[in-house]
Amino acid sequence: MPEQASTLAPHVDRLYLSLIGMSLFFTLLITGFILYFAIKYRRGNLGVDRSSRTHRGVSMEVSVMAVLFTLSMGIFAWGATLYLSSSRIPSDGMDVRVVAKQWMWKFQHSNGRREINELHVPLGQPVKLTMISEDVIHSLYVPAFRIKRDVLPGSYASCWFEATRTGEFHLFCAEYCGTNHSRMVGRIVVMEPAEYGDWLGGTSPTESPAVAGERVFENLRCHTCHRSNGVATRGPPLAGLFGHEVKLADGRTIVADDTYLRESILRPSSKVVAGYQPIMPTFDGQVDEEQLIQLIAYIKSLAQP
Amino acid sequence: MSIIERSPPIQPVQPPRARRHYLNSGYSVASWLLTVDHKRIALLYLVSITFFFVIGGIAATVVRLDLMTPQGDLVRTETYNKLFTAHGVIMVFFFLIPSIPAVLGNFLVPLMIGARDLAFPRLNLLSWYIYMLGGAFTLYALLAGGVDTGWTFYAPYSSTYSNTYVMATAVGIFITGFSSILTGLNFVVSIHKMRAPGLTWFRLPLFIWSIYATSIIMVLGTPVLAISILLVAMERLFGFGIFDPRLGGDPILFQHLFWFYSHPAVYIMILPSMGVVSEIIPCFCRRRPFGYAFIGFSSVAIAVFGFLVWGHHLFVSGQSVYAGLVFSMLSYLVAIPSAIKVFNWTASMHKGSISFETPMLYALGFIGLFTMGGLTGLFVAALAVDVHVHDTYFVVAHFHYIMVGGAVMGYLGGIHFWWPKMTGRMYPENWARLSAILIFFGFNLTFFPQYILGYLGMPRRYHVYPPEFQVLNVMSSAGASILAVGYFFPLTYLLWSLWYGKPTTSNPWNATGLEWQTPSPPPTENFTETPIVVDEAYDYERFDQQVGTGGAR
Ligand code: HEM
Ligand SMILES: [Cu+2]
Repeated sequence: MPEQASTLAPHVDRLYLSLIGMSLFFTLLITGFILYFAIKYRRGNLGVDRSSRTHRGVSMEVSVMAVLFTLSMGIFAWGATLYLSSSRIPSDGMDVRVVAKQWMWKFQHSNGRREINELHVPLGQPVKLTMISEDVIHSLYVPAFRIKRDVLPGSYASCWFEATRTGEFHLFCAEYCGTNHSRMVGRIVVMEPAEYGDWLGGTSPTESPAVAGERVFENLRCHTCHRSNGVATRGPPLAGLFGHEVKLADGRTIVADDTYLRESILRPSSKVVAGYQPIMPTFDGQVDEEQLIQLIAYIKSLAQP
Repeated sequence: MSIIERSPPIQPVQPPRARRHYLNSGYSVASWLLTVDHKRIALLYLVSITFFFVIGGIAATVVRLDLMTPQGDLVRTETYNKLFTAHGVIMVFFFLIPSIPAVLGNFLVPLMIGARDLAFPRLNLLSWYIYMLGGAFTLYALLAGGVDTGWTFYAPYSSTYSNTYVMATAVGIFITGFSSILTGLNFVVSIHKMRAPGLTWFRLPLFIWSIYATSIIMVLGTPVLAISILLVAMERLFGFGIFDPRLGGDPILFQHLFWFYSHPAVYIMILPSMGVVSEIIPCFCRRRPFGYAFIGFSSVAIAVFGFLVWGHHLFVSGQSVYAGLVFSMLSYLVAIPSAIKVFNWTASMHKGSISFETPMLYALGFIGLFTMGGLTGLFVAALAVDVHVHDTYFVVAHFHYIMVGGAVMGYLGGIHFWWPKMTGRMYPENWARLSAILIFFGFNLTFFPQYILGYLGMPRRYHVYPPEFQVLNVMSSAGASILAVGYFFPLTYLLWSLWYGKPTTSNPWNATGLEWQTPSPPPTENFTETPIVVDEAYDYERFDQQVGTGGAR
């Protein structure tokens, strides 16, 4: 059994151990029957009764199927419940942004501190990872936490964990991603919260993603259309947008989340806000994934005026 | 079947050379390369498939040797990636998928249904040529520089990023797919139209049921594979943007298309083996199989349900949580017919008169390995557990238990069972038993440690790995060398038996089934007169009473 270092791990292991128990039972049962029959009814053994013919055994088959069905639905339900509860992301978690590329993991904490192939996190606090890839599909895998999530190019994926033990744990890329796939590894360092606080603030002051994002916003001259003072301009105002519903020109309503914002920057004409013309140019090719994350962080930071 | 009354099973042993049969009806190269005799085509397949198995096996051996050290000192990283890709591509598309259908199916389907040949003999020959052409493309790709995408070809890595011979390989697989479709079509039509008088559906041998189910998957599933490959090709050549999000595509779409074929393809690999085992067990137990209809229908059920579970390969990919739930549940449903078969085979041994010749050893080995592979399928279908073990060595172990433990054991069992029919010669029994046992133990030593490795967290397709995984990897490599020796034996003694094997009778196992009613090796036209079937399959009890053989009652 690998180390258990997250709140999820003991639950997964419990299911896993039950499955092992069940498999062992069935393997022994089948092997037992086969060996018993093989010995008892071997051709040379003359003294045994072989008289009765095979009866059709329909009732037997049906009851075996019923047992198998019940059992397997039970396992399904257990695995499904656990999966459902583990895919609900707690809202009070701390946010970490992840960009994967051939062949490294880049992390950025909410205060701006960056790391490569290493992630420091505090003990006992949910950590939410929002992840995207710059090229092919990767997969973030921390065996000790029993979590794994594919990191796709072009859209954000997220997962979360809450560490229950301090120490260092393997971080792997689990989706084959090219030549150095097996070197796309790193470690997760779980620290006491106080220690983590020191670590996070300890280095030279860093720029938070929102502040960096504001600079990108200005450099790209986004503000010429999206003035943040609430005045109606050529583009919709961005303040207070994140997490709220947006009415689109084609009548649909959509919640402005990371994916929507990202798409609106890269392919503005695909979801046009009701009441505006599709005049925004695409910024595809002008911003990389990290700048996108910063822009989104900046937009998020703009509270309702 | 009751024809036994007309053709007594105990005949004087005739050396195969003395009589005219399909093997000595012509010796020229053309008489082989232009043959439309299903039996000769089966042998063409046998030779070519064995060739590919050896190549795939060599790749596996190098991979396994390389993994003995955590730093992967034997080959370079690029080479390692190309080797496991070559291994996977060759084993899946050029060995496992065609193995039983193309070799044993081609040889046996007409014999078992009492026909002179398949419905379309020329199409059958064509499908072998298509297979060889596809194989040639893929071999070219390997020799020219190799492919490093893994046999799954996940986009956008394969469609945009990989700089290797993806196109040539893809063309090879695409072409081979047609061979599979044609073979499947030929079987479906033959089984529907060419059964001997009296051979109703419920008198069919279970092998035919399983080949029938397999053929349906081949005909319906393979076009989807062809389409996915075509789309990857379009994207590589013309930048279509179907899978690469930079071009507006969706990378998950490829996985859906790919697994929509490749999951059912797993059943293409395993169903025929189940059919073989369902022939062997009754024969060596001298019993009717327990629950004939349940075994037959479960093949069809597996084929149908098999199309509905592809999404269980995508639990961590980003498909919706609800899709995950549905696919997980359907996966459990498909497990039930498989379990039913294991139950029925075991129950068939009850009150039998069991002997342990080589085919029976393989069949028993099959049940053991398939059971373990199947049970670990329940692990990977349980959502929360799969999140942890997906794309680790746990999965590698699981699919080797099914595909190698199951499919290859069944294939070898079948080859041994019908070898006397195919060649008119017996292989040396003791060597054969020894190799069956070696393969069983070598197999378990190779792949059982991989379950543990996987749960401990070692991802698959890793050339270098953390040192704490070394012990288990070394065990696995040791097992692989035993396994390699085990596989090498049949290769040699079967060849040896062609010249020096003891000549056999038409029915050395005293088996029921039409294929045993014609001499070994069969004449070109299979049967001198069309057999008429008036009885159920597998009536071993009556057979033994009439002939007074086999059973120690
Ligand atoms: C001597 C016996 C064998 C050994 C030692 C062996 C070993 C391996 C190894 C180490 C991998 C790569 C796992 C990874 O890096 O993720 C692999 C993959 C695979 N093997 Fe085998 N194998 C053997 C026999 C077979 C046979 C007989 C078949 C099929 C008939 C087969 C089918 C596959 C497939 C389909 C893959 C997946 C390839 C991929 O990951 O792209 N193997 N095997
Ligand atoms: Cu990666």
